[in-house]
Amino acid sequence: MRKDIRIAGFGGQGIILAGIVIGKAAALHDNLNAVQTQSYGPEARGGASKTEIVISDELIDYPKVQKPDIFVALSQAGLDAYLHDLKDGGILIIDPDMIKEEELLSFVKEHNTKLYKAPVTRTAVEKIGLKIVANIVMIGAITRMTKVISEEAARQAVAESVPPGTEKKNLEAFEAGAELAG
Amino acid sequence: MSEQFFIQGNEACARGAIEAGCRFFAGYPITPSTEIAEDMALFLPKKGGSFIQMEDEIAALGAVIGAVWGGQKGMTATSGPGFSLMQEHIGFAVMTETPLVIVNMQRGSPSTGQPTMASQSDMMQAKWGSHGDYEIIALSPSSVQECFDFTVEAFNLAEKYRVPVMVMSDEIVGHMREKITIPEEVEITYRQMPEEGPETFLPFKAPSDGTSPMPAFGDGYKMHITGLTHDEKGYPDASNPESHSKLVNRLCNKIRKHTDEITRIKEEFTEDAEIIVLSYGAPARSALTAVKNARKQEVKAGFIKLETVWPFPKKLIKDAVVNAQKVMVVEMNLGQIFYEVERVLPDKEVELLPKIGGEMHIPTEIMDKIKDMSH
Repeated sequence: MRKDIRIAGFGGQGIILAGIVIGKAAALHDNLNAVQTQSYGPEARGGASKTEIVISDELIDYPKVQKPDIFVALSQAGLDAYLHDLKDGGILIIDPDMIKEEELLSFVKEHNTKLYKAPVTRTAVEKIGLKIVANIVMIGAITRMTKVISEEAARQAVAESVPPGTEKKNLEAFEAGAELAG
Repeated sequence: MSEQFFIQGNEACARGAIEAGCRFFAGYPITPSTEIAEDMALFLPKKGGSFIQMEDEIAALGAVIGAVWGGQKGMTATSGPGFSLMQEHIGFAVMTETPLVIVNMQRGSPSTGQPTMASQSDMMQAKWGSHGDYEIIALSPSSVQECFDFTVEAFNLAEKYRVPVMVMSDEIVGHMREKITIPEEVEITYRQMPEEGPETFLPFKAPSDGTSPMPAFGDGYKMHITGLTHDEKGYPDASNPESHSKLVNRLCNKIRKHTDEITRIKEEFTEDAEIIVLSYGAPARSALTAVKNARKQEVKAGFIKLETVWPFPKKLIKDAVVNAQKVMVVEMNLGQIFYEVERVLPDKEVELLPKIGGEMHIPTEIMDKIKDMSH
């Protein structure tokens, strides 16, 4: 079963690392196949940033995402650019602090979208006291909301992808994100 | 024990180089190949090797040539603009039979073009970019595992044939992350050393379709390495038509006459195919998806992926398409390998599906063309 995931926002939000961690969790710890790709402008920060992850129990030929099953939008510009690609019945995760929700409601109704809200930056600041772990909060939220990777695999991939000595804070951030699933 | 990693194509190239015994890297960073230089800077000192960031790509390849004549296995990595600057030294490496590996992670071109976007627009430059009659070897990986495997193979071929070998990939494969398995041991080829002593050994004496053993500077042999036409001692012999003809024919024939040993393609569903989709590098993955989808719709499509692009795998392609009448070439440029395919298949209907702009072909674009051509 192939699952296509797209995460869009702007440079500096840690989106690409989040994509790598999800891919690593699937490929190395859930023993699935995964491909992670990314696109970004020449700017280091502030430009549009996007990562795509394809996860499958079969070999993955075409590595890019056209119609995602799961779309995570962390900026209004990211949402506007890619919302209409989301499959009918797909999962949409938004950061409500970054996105005007009311404009979404007709799309969600029309396309039978499962909408989840994950205020990842706010959660990172309020629960962990560190804005920088917002992307790990996001991984926690994506993992529990979509179940596209196992939580155990996700925790292992987080722990081995963050700087040594920061594992505990990052795993706390992961749990805080997972709890956003309600 | 073999180990699994979830890494980029670029990182896999660097690891492949290290496993193949590369202990020297000189380069000038350029998107989208920079991670190769970064990893080589990280790994090489730990292995007793050397990494040098040079002032430009001309110097980078020059330094690699020097290291190789010092007895090392050497590599550089770049993208289109740097590859253009390297052309002069590619010719020098060909003429002096210096084994080395160049990775080109192709980006949107001409000129500085699109640094963070992909293309396959340097495929002809790889073959013809330097002046003169010559042959090189070029491989084209389309996955992270192939980045590792083909880089190892590039070193082995370089050492065996004493020729520059190019790993012609692209931004998509270079920056893509996938699971790869790095085996505990890989098969490695080392250049042949002379059995004769320095008194009688002729460093450029070789069979008409082969190469000679290659001592390093400092091994005690008298070495004279020049880009001028040279005799068997390596001394300039640039006015004698016979010497030039003998040397340059040999440099070409040592590859041309061994095309069958060097070249590889991958085939799927070709046996009963009526239309064959031929591709290489990143878009080969879109092509295979499209061919599999076509099969589900009972369209008799087949798939060929060129793993070796140069020397051109003429015989393998001819054999693989023997039962098909139509061939579509899918590449991320406005037509390069297409013309080679057209040339080797004069009695087939060959069409091009080009794409530029930086993104790979979407499988449905290829599917639409399969349907068009099927009518």
